[in-house]
Amino acid sequence: MAQSNVASRLEGTGAHALELDDVARHFGALVAFSDVSMRIAAGERRAVLGSNGAGKTTLFNAITGDFMPTAGRIRFFGEDITSMPTHERIRRGLRRTYQISQLFARMSVLNSVFLACRGVSRNRFSLLRPGLSDATMAQAELILNAVHLDAYRDTLVAALSHGQQRQLEIALALAGAPRFILFDEPAAGLSPTERHDLVAILNALPKHIGYIIIEHDLDVALRVSEYVSMMHNGRVFKEGTPAEIEADPQVQDIYLGGRHHG
Amino acid sequence: MSLVTVTRTQAGTSGILDRIGIGHIALAAALLVYPAVASEFFLVQIGAYSLIWGLIALSLMLLGGYGGMVSLSQITCAGIAAYIVAIFGTNSMNIHGFGWPWWVLVPFAVLISGLVSAAIGAISVRTEGIYTIMITLAIATAFFYFAQQNYVLFNGHSGYAGIPTPQFWGVHWRDPLPFYYLCLGVSVVAYVAVLYAAKSTFGLALQAIRDNPRRMRAIGYDVTAHKVLAYFYAGLIAGLAGVLLVWFNGRVSPGTVDVSQAIDVLVIAVIGGLLHPIGPFIGAVFVVLIQTFAIDIVGAERYNTLIGLVFLTIVFVSPDGILGLWQRLKPHLAQAPLRPSRR
Repeated sequence: MAQSNVASRLEGTGAHALELDDVARHFGALVAFSDVSMRIAAGERRAVLGSNGAGKTTLFNAITGDFMPTAGRIRFFGEDITSMPTHERIRRGLRRTYQISQLFARMSVLNSVFLACRGVSRNRFSLLRPGLSDATMAQAELILNAVHLDAYRDTLVAALSHGQQRQLEIALALAGAPRFILFDEPAAGLSPTERHDLVAILNALPKHIGYIIIEHDLDVALRVSEYVSMMHNGRVFKEGTPAEIEADPQVQDIYLGGRHHG
Repeated sequence: MSLVTVTRTQAGTSGILDRIGIGHIALAAALLVYPAVASEFFLVQIGAYSLIWGLIALSLMLLGGYGGMVSLSQITCAGIAAYIVAIFGTNSMNIHGFGWPWWVLVPFAVLISGLVSAAIGAISVRTEGIYTIMITLAIATAFFYFAQQNYVLFNGHSGYAGIPTPQFWGVHWRDPLPFYYLCLGVSVVAYVAVLYAAKSTFGLALQAIRDNPRRMRAIGYDVTAHKVLAYFYAGLIAGLAGVLLVWFNGRVSPGTVDVSQAIDVLVIAVIGGLLHPIGPFIGAVFVVLIQTFAIDIVGAERYNTLIGLVFLTIVFVSPDGILGLWQRLKPHLAQAPLRPSRR
């Protein structure tokens, strides 16, 4: 991805998927993150990197409304969502995955994805049982195909392996026409093969779906993103293309423990 | 995958009998012929009365089993429906008694019960576990004292008596046989509705909210709205039970909605089991039988001790009630040596 392309996006004449203005979240005296400002264009794929405790996941929680931000303003496709409840943000096309899988242990894989598809439709209060030919069911099956879980559609979520549960996390985020997704360490605990699959799934996403990915595995993060924001101690301290970030001595120093690498 | 497909096709081609299940067919047959073998006492005081309590406990099962919300105020909703029948229908106290016909009165009472339940839900759904129990217990207690002290609306301590069961289609519905079938019919409708809705979008969503509300928000569900709607449906069921209860007793007073009744609903639901909508009815039969015959076994002063001991035993042996006991037993029965192998 050419740098100028990204830069022109940042100057922001076009529609931004996500705009953060000086967003902060404090827990009492503890500052999880502060003064975070980002402009992310529609369809842009951004990685947020940083050591543990840098405030990345809390930033996601502020964007999705899991915790409200203490200060600042968040806009989603131009609309102010700063104080909107989570489900309203989701219905506008925002999605997320969780660092620790948040699934429905006693439910089948297909029903989980079905619920995710229905969550953004008006049928979510329906008292009718979905038939096997139900359009939403068909949609759910397509999503299961996309994340390679089609063989496990009737399996209980609790019986899935860790890797499969991570794939289901992604399936839930893909349900119901998402416009922008927040991936919170999707590769955590995955085997090399599963990581390879994950990169393929992310790269195969339709171009109009943008995302932010938090990922400790640089190998994964830099292969699926076109721009990188580095966070440290609750602040964004560097932004650039994957190549710039990889080469930056300060980044190596802080994030890669890179004194030894020079 | 191929295994799954095979089962699916079989299910598709098999008859409606298989879908209903052999257990349900046997149960339905037993309940339909029960009047032929039961005395009048067993028909109404045990049969119909158990079905009424089963209905109230079913409304708790819906909330507790599927929604993870243990509400102690379901008896309050039933009681409000009962009071409405007394106030807007006919009673012998010469207080209110607007004489509404049953076909206006019953839907109205049931609807108000649902709305009251939804209001209770709106207050309590932001709490969880023990706090939900405490808040709903507080509401149930408050309503009991309010009904006891308010004479304008609830006629205080004495409440209302002389409330007739309607007669229509040439049937006097309070006669033993019609009343049993009336209670059975209402119970079956409520039971089938709950069983069906458990696998609807709303039902699945409610169970998913019970298991992981945070994730449900993150896929677009308004968790609070879903829970409040569940309370509304539970209130409709409790309201139906309340109407039957006031017809059964012919009277309603603060004693109908006091704390011991609220706890009875919980005991019935827990003894029967919250895993399946049949649980509350099993629990109701069990508790009504004990309540009726414990006096003969241990005397009038100790019968609550017996009920308490039975409750403790069941909860210790099987946290999922009689239903859980059965589900633990079932695989062992299926593996009897001479039974033909299924595979």
